[in-house]
Order: sequence, then structure tokens, then C-alpha cells
Amino acid sequence: MAVIVYLIPISLFLGGMGLLAFFWALKSKQYDDPEGDAQRILSDEWDDKPRPDE
Amino acid sequence: MSEPVEARIMLSLPQIHCAACISAVERELARTAGVKSARVNLTLKRVSIEAEPDTTAEDMVRVLAGIGYEAHELDAGTLRATETDKRGRDLLMRLAVAGFAAMNVMMLSVAVWAGAQETTRELFHWVSAAIALPAIAFSAQPFFRSAWAMLKVRHLNMDVPISLAILLASAMSFYEITQGGEHAYFDAALSLTFFLLAGRYLDHRTRAIARSAAEELAALEVPRAERIIGETVETIAIAELAVGDLVRVKPGGRMPVDGVVTDGQSELDRSLLTGETVPVFAGLDTVVSAGEVNLTGPLTIRVTAAGEDTSLHRMADLVAMAESSKNRYTSLADKAAGIYAPGVHLLALLAFIGWLFVSGGDIRLSLNIAVAVLIITCPCALGLAVPAVTTAASGRLFRKGMLIKDSTALERLAEVDTVVFDKTGTLTQGQPELTNMGDFTRTDLEIALALAEASAHPLAVSLAHATTTAGTKPAKISDLREMPGYGIQGLWKSKPVRLGRATWVGAKAGAQTATYLQIGNAAPRAFTFNDRLREGAPEAVAALKAQGMSLVLISGDGPAAVQDMANRLGFDDWTAEALPQEKAARVKALSEEGAKVLMVGDGLNDTAALAAAHVSISPATALDAARVASDIVLLGHDMSPMADATIIARKATKRILENFGVAAGYNMIAVPIALLGFATPLMAALAMSASSITVSLNALRLR
Repeated sequence: MAVIVYLIPISLFLGGMGLLAFFWALKSKQYDDPEGDAQRILSDEWDDKPRPDE
Repeated sequence: MSEPVEARIMLSLPQIHCAACISAVERELARTAGVKSARVNLTLKRVSIEAEPDTTAEDMVRVLAGIGYEAHELDAGTLRATETDKRGRDLLMRLAVAGFAAMNVMMLSVAVWAGAQETTRELFHWVSAAIALPAIAFSAQPFFRSAWAMLKVRHLNMDVPISLAILLASAMSFYEITQGGEHAYFDAALSLTFFLLAGRYLDHRTRAIARSAAEELAALEVPRAERIIGETVETIAIAELAVGDLVRVKPGGRMPVDGVVTDGQSELDRSLLTGETVPVFAGLDTVVSAGEVNLTGPLTIRVTAAGEDTSLHRMADLVAMAESSKNRYTSLADKAAGIYAPGVHLLALLAFIGWLFVSGGDIRLSLNIAVAVLIITCPCALGLAVPAVTTAASGRLFRKGMLIKDSTALERLAEVDTVVFDKTGTLTQGQPELTNMGDFTRTDLEIALALAEASAHPLAVSLAHATTTAGTKPAKISDLREMPGYGIQGLWKSKPVRLGRATWVGAKAGAQTATYLQIGNAAPRAFTFNDRLREGAPEAVAALKAQGMSLVLISGDGPAAVQDMANRLGFDDWTAEALPQEKAARVKALSEEGAKVLMVGDGLNDTAALAAAHVSISPATALDAARVASDIVLLGHDMSPMADATIIARKATKRILENFGVAAGYNMIAVPIALLGFATPLMAALAMSASSITVSLNALRLR
């Protein structure tokens, strides 16, 4: 069972990475318009090339 | 203030709802000259536009109206506050931390419940503590702060038992693990924090959307005025005006101050201040009030009162008075907390003392049981009971175009039994509609159209619109001239023709709103107008009546117009020529008789009444003062969602009560077990999750 001494820190570290990724998403305004983003994915308007201003 | 290099325009778009709307709006705006970029935010139902400095919001509103979207300008000044919605992000951050910690601790706890022994158990407990304690210290701060603020003023809200449960559970668990004990409640404390933060965040998000949209709708009050000094005219802020200054107000402009006309003739639209639909004549020495709209000719005004002394501001004082006298409504959640909090704390204390007695002084055992009681009484379900329901209900109303500004507005709306309506601008659109076109010959209409096209007066605009739609072509008229304040005149086949006020063309003014046409020396004839009904108004009124509400119509307009409206819509109780004070007094009198009044109004003259009512609704087109004073804002032009709103509100209140019932039911089973000392952390976790999920699912039935 000594292996949990390594496993617990590793799992916490991986979880922490997830948490940091979430903070980054939050800071870069990806949670400002969840409904709009959900709808935009359905539109084929910018499928060929990205929107110029983004 | 320096001029920005490029204009940033924000518009509220109440009607957008799908991917097609997003691309339609963005494509149309991108095509428009002067627009650099446009981005729609569907969650907040608004579009932000980067444009050349000379682009105005009105242009953009017109562009969007052209493709069938209703748009309202949002005030750029208050934008920064909501754009980076700090409080919302803060809550989300705490929610993420609590969720992360709760999952990790739960993972460790499962191992403990599964039978980890001795050293393994102790190790897991210590790791749990290392994750849980900092996470709780960070995430649960909103509850601690709110509970502390309440305790300081000797009040109890739901946050007090929640904070106490979280704090006691963590402290007790920490003490237990230092003693190598068997039970630790870190997982319970953390999941409690997580669930409650989720409720708090949902609640915040729905209300943040409503609040920002209601507060940011651009101000109608003029921020600037044109001051005349000698020969020059300069544009200055209203705050710099002093009594005695001369101010010029162009046709179409709003009076920035109270004053007296010293030069020029025109007509004034007072509908927002008094509810009168008929424009009044303004000439030399006419007294004008801030907020009135100048219609036809330029006016020079000598300032008699500026800033805080204007009638606009006196009206605001009236609102402040009405609001301070409004009895504070105790929300259902606070009522529940008032019963729940002392009960639970007493129970925990009794358990502690009882077990101290039974076990012969075992403080550790007694404390353990007391904490188990606190944790297992599921403050979680109680904390979620209200936000889950209000979020579901507000979301549903938002989709129908209604913004709930106040957290208790729904509960109050559910109690309403009397509805008081304002007429002008609320039931009607404040736009006249021609009623007797059939009485005139084709030639008459052609002359009238030619004359009407020369003026921006609302009656002329309406007349021109109605006749053009009927397929009339304007007659050839020479020497066309507008006489500000009176009407339009010209020469038709060398005969003088006139369209204007009754006194000017020599007619006798009737009771109805009208403009008069005179051809040559023939007797003048009247074009009569009705105020156009707001879309959905008859449906809303009929539906509210069908729900058994008593309806009252109070207007500042003349008796003939008000009676006509009352008959058209089926009001039995109506009052005309009501002053703002009288409106508020009537609402107050109704409340004192025991009625729960819903006030629906838009004008400045309604503001005091809106504030005095039990709950109030105003349309988005209303003056800001009215929108600020009301609890609910109607976004679209359509009024019919109002009737649904009362039904949804009643359903929401029912769901809230059911939720409290569910929480109470769980307690009936769980509390005796905890009291007898059989509770384990596993049971606490199960009870908490089960009750939270039941409560949330019950709330979702509203959607």
C-alpha cells in the first residue's frame, strides 16, 4: 500500500492542473457567453476561415 | 472627458434567441458603414459594436430595426461595471475550488467508508484535512461574511446555520483526527459549501443579467444643454447651468431644465411627465418642466430651476419617500431561516447536553453527536430551495422578455390580487392613430398628406403614415410653411390650405385628440386620433381579469380618452387627470385596504406609485426613474407575457414551499438517527446529496 504515498500527490497534482485550466478559461472570458457559444458552433458561417477580428 | 478614438456601442436585443439571429445581426452590422466589428452575447442578449467615432447608437438601432430586431441603447458609463462581472467570476472561482476539493476529499472518504483501517485511515484523514481546511477558508467566505453581517444587526438568515455547520464540522473533524478518531465530516462540510455556492451562483447570474439590463438602458434625461451667450451657442453639461441662463431647445429635443419660454413658438409633448397624450401649445411666457419634449419649433428658455431644484428631481424625492415608507417584505427564505435556525441550534445543544448526561461527561462523544445533528439537518436543501426555484422561474420569464430585478419580486408577484395600470405609454404606445380616414374624400386626403409631410409633429407623422399606407399620393402644394405651435399652411390651386390646431383654423376643439384641415374658406374638418394600443395589452388585461384580479386604470390624461380606453379594454374602475401624488396615494389606499397591488407604469408620474406598490412592472421604454423604481422590467413591446408572469410566480412560490416540505421531510427521518448517535459521515453525505437533488429536480419542473 506504500504506493499511495506517490499516487495521492500525483492525483492531486493532476486535479490541480484541471483547476488551473478552469481559472485560465474563466480569466480569458470563455464563460461570458455560454449560450451564444453553444449556438455559434451550429452556424457554418466561419467554417472555412476564422473570423477576422478574433 | 476626452473624446474616445472609436465609439463603443452596446445595444440590448430582447428578441434574439438562436444561431441564425446571431449571424443575421452580426452580418448586417458588419455591412453597415462605420462599424468595425460587432459581437453578439446571447446569454446577456446584447451586442457590442466597435465603430467609427461619429457613429451613433440611434443609427445602429435603425439598422437592426430594418432587419426586424428591436434594440435598446445601453449606457456606456455603467458598462465597465458589468462587463467584467467581478462578483460573478469571484463566485465561480470559489465554486470551482470547492468542487475540486469536495471531489478529492470524497474520493478519500469513500476509501475510509469502505473500511480503511488504522494508519491508512489516519493518513487519508490528514490528507483530507490538508485539502479541506484551506478550500473551506477560501470558498465559504461569502456565507461567513453574510452571516456575520446579519449577526451584527442581531438577525438570523439562512447563512447563520450554514456557516455554523461548516465551521463546527471542520473544527470538530480536525480535533477528531488529531485524536485518531473514526469519524471526519470534511466531505460533508465541503459538499455543503459546493452545493450552496452553486445555488448562490445561479441566483447571482440570473439577477445580474436582469439588473444590468435594467440599469444600463440609456438615460432619457438630457445630459447636455445648449446655452446662449450673446450671439454664440455653446454645449455644456446641465450641471453648469445657473438660474437666469438662456437655453435653446431644438425641435425633437427634451427640456433640460425648468424654465419660461422667452422666444419662439412650438408644441410640447408632456406625456412622460403627466400622461397627457395631446401636445400643448408653447409660446412666450409658457412655463416648461424638465423632461418635456419640444415638438415643432425651436424655443429659447430662461432657466428658473436647474439640477436638483427641477421638477424632475422633486419627482425623484417623491419616489424616495414612497420607498422609505414601503414596509420591508420578509422573503420566504428568511421566514424559513427564522424557524429553522433556532430550532436546529437548540436541537444540537439539547443533543450535546443530553449525551453529556447519558455518557457521564464524555465531551468528545457529545460534541460529535451535536455536530452530526447540525450537519444532517440538511441546511443544504434549505439553502437551495429558493435559489433553484427563482433561477428556473426567472430563466423562464427572461425567455418571455421579462427581467426580474429584485430577488423577492417573484414571491410578491404571486400574492398580487389588484392590478393598477397607467394608460399613456403603458397600455398604449404613446403614438396616435388616425381613426376617421373614411370621412374624407380622396382630394382631401391628398392635400392633408402633402401638408402633414412637412411637419415632424406626432399627429402629422401619424396622419402621413396612415394616408400613405392607404395608397394616397400627396397633392401639389406651393408655399408650404410650418407655423411652429400652430400647424402647416400652403397654397393648393391658388387656394390657401391649412392643417393644424383648432383655434388656428377657426374650429371648435372637440374632446378627442384631433388636427383640423381647412381648404380655402370652407369650414374646417377634424382628423381624429386614438392612442395606439400596445401590442398584447388587450390580451394581458383580459387574462389578468380571467385570473380574478381587480383592475384599476389611473391616468393623468383627460376623462374622455381615459373612459374610452377603459371601455375598450374592460376596466370597471378608472380615474382620469390624476396627479403623481394622487396615483401614489391611491395605490397606498388600496394597500391599506389589504389589497396586494401590482402597479404597471412607465412615466415619471407613475414612479412614486411604482415604488409604493407591493410589486411593480415597467416597460423597457419607460423613463429610467420608473425602471429603477420597479421590480420587473418588460423588455419587448409586447405586453402579453405579463399574464403568464403572475401564473409562473404563483407556481414558483408553490415549488419553494414544496422544497421546504421536502427538506423538512428529510429532517424527520435523519434527525432522530443523529440524535440517537447512529449517524455516520456516510449517512450525512447521502442525506445531503439526496435532498439537494430532490430539491433541484423539483425546481426544474418549472422550466
